[in-house]
Amino acid sequence: MRNTSKRLLPGFGLTMGFSLLYLSLLVLIPLSAVFLKAATLSWDQFWQTVLNPRVLASFRLTFLTSLGAAAVNAVFGLLVAWVLVRYRFPGRRFLDGLIDIPFALPTAVAGIALTTLYADSGWIGALFAPLGIKLAYTPIGITIALVFIGLPFVVRTVQPVLQELDHSFEEASACLGASRTRTLWKVVLPELLPALLTGFALAFARGLGEYGSVVFISGNMPMKTEIAPLLIMTKLEQFDYAGATAIAAVLLVLSFLLLFVINGLQRRANRVQRQA
Amino acid sequence: MASIALGPAAESRETPAHLNEPAWVRVLLIGLAVLFLTLILLVPLAAVFAEAFKKGAAVYLQSLTSKDALAAIRLTLAVAAIAVPLNVLFGVSAAWAVTKFRFRGKQLFLTLTDLPFAVSPVIAGLVFILLFGSRGWLGPFLAEHDLKIVFALPGIVLSTLFVTFPFVARELIPLMEAQGKDEEEAAVSLGAGGWRVFFRVTLPGIKWGLLYGIILCNARAMGEFGAVSVVSGHIRGRTNTLPLHVEILYNEYQFAAAFAAASLLVLLALVTLAVKSFVEWRHRRHADALAARERQGALREEAAWR
Repeated sequence: MRNTSKRLLPGFGLTMGFSLLYLSLLVLIPLSAVFLKAATLSWDQFWQTVLNPRVLASFRLTFLTSLGAAAVNAVFGLLVAWVLVRYRFPGRRFLDGLIDIPFALPTAVAGIALTTLYADSGWIGALFAPLGIKLAYTPIGITIALVFIGLPFVVRTVQPVLQELDHSFEEASACLGASRTRTLWKVVLPELLPALLTGFALAFARGLGEYGSVVFISGNMPMKTEIAPLLIMTKLEQFDYAGATAIAAVLLVLSFLLLFVINGLQRRANRVQRQA
Repeated sequence: MASIALGPAAESRETPAHLNEPAWVRVLLIGLAVLFLTLILLVPLAAVFAEAFKKGAAVYLQSLTSKDALAAIRLTLAVAAIAVPLNVLFGVSAAWAVTKFRFRGKQLFLTLTDLPFAVSPVIAGLVFILLFGSRGWLGPFLAEHDLKIVFALPGIVLSTLFVTFPFVARELIPLMEAQGKDEEEAAVSLGAGGWRVFFRVTLPGIKWGLLYGIILCNARAMGEFGAVSVVSGHIRGRTNTLPLHVEILYNEYQFAAAFAAASLLVLLALVTLAVKSFVEWRHRRHADALAARERQGALREEAAWR
């Protein structure tokens, strides 16, 4: 039966063939070029590039700012998703539509706008400058840009789960005498946790590779505010293909590992939802 | 049947008091969320326009009609005009293969399709430098035949294709999955050919989702910065797209002109979001209409049984 239905519709060969060809030519072959190029380096060469103090500093910065931004987004993204789903207030739909701005806005535009705002003379930076706090051109500025870029990932993964969440669990918890805080902490939060973790991981992964919104606000000082993608760019401009490739290979492996984790999280979240 | 009776009550979503937070907590949380979104999302948008018009409308218009700006706009439009249709073709064909057939390795295929989202834009540019750059694998061959890919239009198109690769497929696959294939199979068994089935049966059902995928793909194609920045070479008037034009002006401290060009890209983003809202509204209306029809059908059936 399955076999006949498989044959009934035409076009499998054509569409699958075209898709595979296109995917290979555009994505798979070019991406494997990075690893093939990395493989032409000797171990010594590879480690020398990757363990160079300036490169290590950029990895540390990229990793920590992405982690920090993803953490901020996990907290505020959860808050925003909660408010948008559970409460009714004027302007709610407008705010809901606005969440996707970071997906639609070119990163360079976000970069120059945030830099202008958070520089010492900017609307927001000027509020902090008298306190001796510099925002732009510091790791704080980089984190702000990554918060901007990562926000929709958390909100848009938590929101649908929250929407589907059945009130009856909360009802039961309240009937059994739990306080509202306890109910939220012990009943609602565990239900949201897989989605929240997925959103966190997505925002983190995006932060690791982000370039456009960060280069303007970071100031790009070697050892201090230079992110790993920028270092790839710098090495390419010096025609150091090997060095650029080594850094790229490390970033790629990290991204693929994260993709793997995210896929696993999503599969688990789907399973939990189906059981519920 | 019980669900029908409960329908309107469930829709009104009034939360009973014991399942809600105290009013002051609600106000506090809403206030915090609004403040956060204003600071992170709204103020930057406002800043773009404020900076763009800082020196008056005349300077704004002048910077948008300068020779370099016009060249950048033309190049950006050209890149999108090539990249978007190609990725639409891929998206539709991948969605057809994935949702209308069963095959081994489907999950792997889907993961590979999503791959460009996981790759840093800078790396998306780097891969084409490694392949086609002057010291890349095909560099000597290209130089011999006087072909330019990197630091020219083909390189910009390739890296744009790479970063916008999954958008249409990702929009269409869940949609076509949900619609199943019964209608197409009926059409085929009545003798319709493959193309006819696609244009007459499938396309009408997915047109809004497809439109949204195209718009999203287009926004990213016109706005891509990192990947294009690597392969473009920043040749003024020749290989500068609009986002690169913004960068150059900004780095030259021509802030009013930089933000004027940026404001065009903000408008593009706002139009994209407006289309998204419209498509979602259509979908919701469509779903509501279907649910209403189903409810009516059920009631009629019930009446017939009695």
